[in-house]
Amino acid sequence: MPSLENGLVVRNVQLSRDLYEMEFIAPNMAGECQPGQFVHVKVGSEDSPLLRRPLSLYDVDHHLGSVILLYKVVGKGTALLSQLQAKNYVDVMGPLGRGFTLPNEKRNVLLVGGGVGIAPLVYLARELKERECNVKVVHGTQTRADLVAGERLGKIGVDFLPATMDGSAGCKGLVTDLLNKKVDPGWVDILYTCGPELMMAAVAEYARRHQIRGQVSLEEKMACGVGACLGCARQAKSNDAHYVKVCKEGPVFDLNDVSWEQSN
Amino acid sequence: MKKEAMLQSDQGSSPNLSVNLGGINLINPVVAASGTFGYGSEYRDFINPAELGAVAVKGTTLEPRAGNAPPRIYETASGMLNSIGLENPGIDGFLKNYLPYLNSQGVTVLANIAGNTIEEYAEMAARIQAHGGIAGIELNISCPNVKKGGLQFGTDPDMVYQVVAAVKAQTSLPVIPKLSPNVTDIVMIARAAQAAGADALSMINTLMGMAVDINSRKPVLGNIFGGLSGPAIKPVALRMIYQVHQEIDLPILGGGGVINAEDALEFIMVGATAVSIGTGIFVNPNLARDVVQGISRYLQANGLDNLEQIRGAALQK
Repeated sequence: MPSLENGLVVRNVQLSRDLYEMEFIAPNMAGECQPGQFVHVKVGSEDSPLLRRPLSLYDVDHHLGSVILLYKVVGKGTALLSQLQAKNYVDVMGPLGRGFTLPNEKRNVLLVGGGVGIAPLVYLARELKERECNVKVVHGTQTRADLVAGERLGKIGVDFLPATMDGSAGCKGLVTDLLNKKVDPGWVDILYTCGPELMMAAVAEYARRHQIRGQVSLEEKMACGVGACLGCARQAKSNDAHYVKVCKEGPVFDLNDVSWEQSN
Repeated sequence: MKKEAMLQSDQGSSPNLSVNLGGINLINPVVAASGTFGYGSEYRDFINPAELGAVAVKGTTLEPRAGNAPPRIYETASGMLNSIGLENPGIDGFLKNYLPYLNSQGVTVLANIAGNTIEEYAEMAARIQAHGGIAGIELNISCPNVKKGGLQFGTDPDMVYQVVAAVKAQTSLPVIPKLSPNVTDIVMIARAAQAAGADALSMINTLMGMAVDINSRKPVLGNIFGGLSGPAIKPVALRMIYQVHQEIDLPILGGGGVINAEDALEFIMVGATAVSIGTGIFVNPNLARDVVQGISRYLQANGLDNLEQIRGAALQK
């Protein structure tokens, strides 16, 4: 069951120009988390910024009872979040939403992350390795400095394939270029992806072309986070006048259930 | 809690927070505003909906509606814009699939209905009357986000009169029109509602607004315009309730930007009988509980034992 807690921040560190990693103690919450779910974080004063910010789970530490977030500073809310220091408290609601569906048996799994979208895939990778899956992680960023998850993924023991737009590390170019060059689609049983909208659309197309099943974790502006306000609507499929709510029915969806029209 | 403190809080008799809103008895004056609390079950992990004085459910139409194309929400300075567009399962879907949970929890339910025509308002009122399980009907004549119905009924006193009268003819339940702030003279609208037999007034709905994305150079919202809510609109809401309370003798369900007990007390002091909370719930899912406790503490601290002693206190003769 989700809860509302004041998490005790144990660290909040800058990893690159605009990426931060924060860990806070919230034992009830940590015990409930599943990969792909999110927490809804309130920062600043009572009315500014007003709404909570949905952030995906980077990992949980069950021994410490802590939740770990990887986030990018994109505006006022995340800028204020980045100023929190160890021993501060952070007002968090969660875990919320529907996470990834994990395979019941040993599978070959491909994870494709773009930018800060790598966050939920790291937590997922750890859970997949615990189920003895073979895991390949593709992470695309602008530049080497943004490949912040490499060490964590190394410890988990996955096959890590980076791609950077400027060629400063790994393959130069888009993750889809890397997929076409370096990954045998026949190897992949299941694919999970999270990242910028255009990247997810391209990865979904890659999966469709190679008939690979999989899931995607979407991002949308949210108010309530629990399916009450109907604000985070997204068109379910092409030519379907039905809107799914990313907070409650997602943020994770089957690739087949998502329309990519709004990203074009 | 220490034993001493517990004894102390037991000693002072807790104030009576119950109110009567146009014939509806509420255990406390805090009401979840339509569209912000879904159908009561969405927040069940955080708060029992029966802790609220009442829950005004999501605006319901005769037929199901898919709602507006995204983006539907956008945060602004101390507020937010929304253009949900009355996404809902239709009146029959609501009564069959969503009302039973609220009834099972013993929640005082306000149905919120929006029609494309006066006949649709009347038809929904008749179905609610026949079904039962609802304490009162809030008339949505102020939704800024739908092409037909909604706001067009709420900005013209003649239309307000006709809608309220048509609904009153179909039901014995208290009828509470929700007024729009997007009018020149809200007292004139309130007077028309009263003349048609409204039992109480709900105010205010959102203020119509918009925002622009300077990178795409387009409106942010898919629907271009949306309704502004949150602390940014509180002064406007207080002013309008003050004006209406001065002129119109009807109980008011008042709100707009309430995010704490102090805000709620302001609404009561300009004449509101009950206080609606909405956007504030998104920020604090326990807001209803916090507001009830905060009002109680205020009354106790000031040696008062009921809300009548402060209602309308801010009105200058």
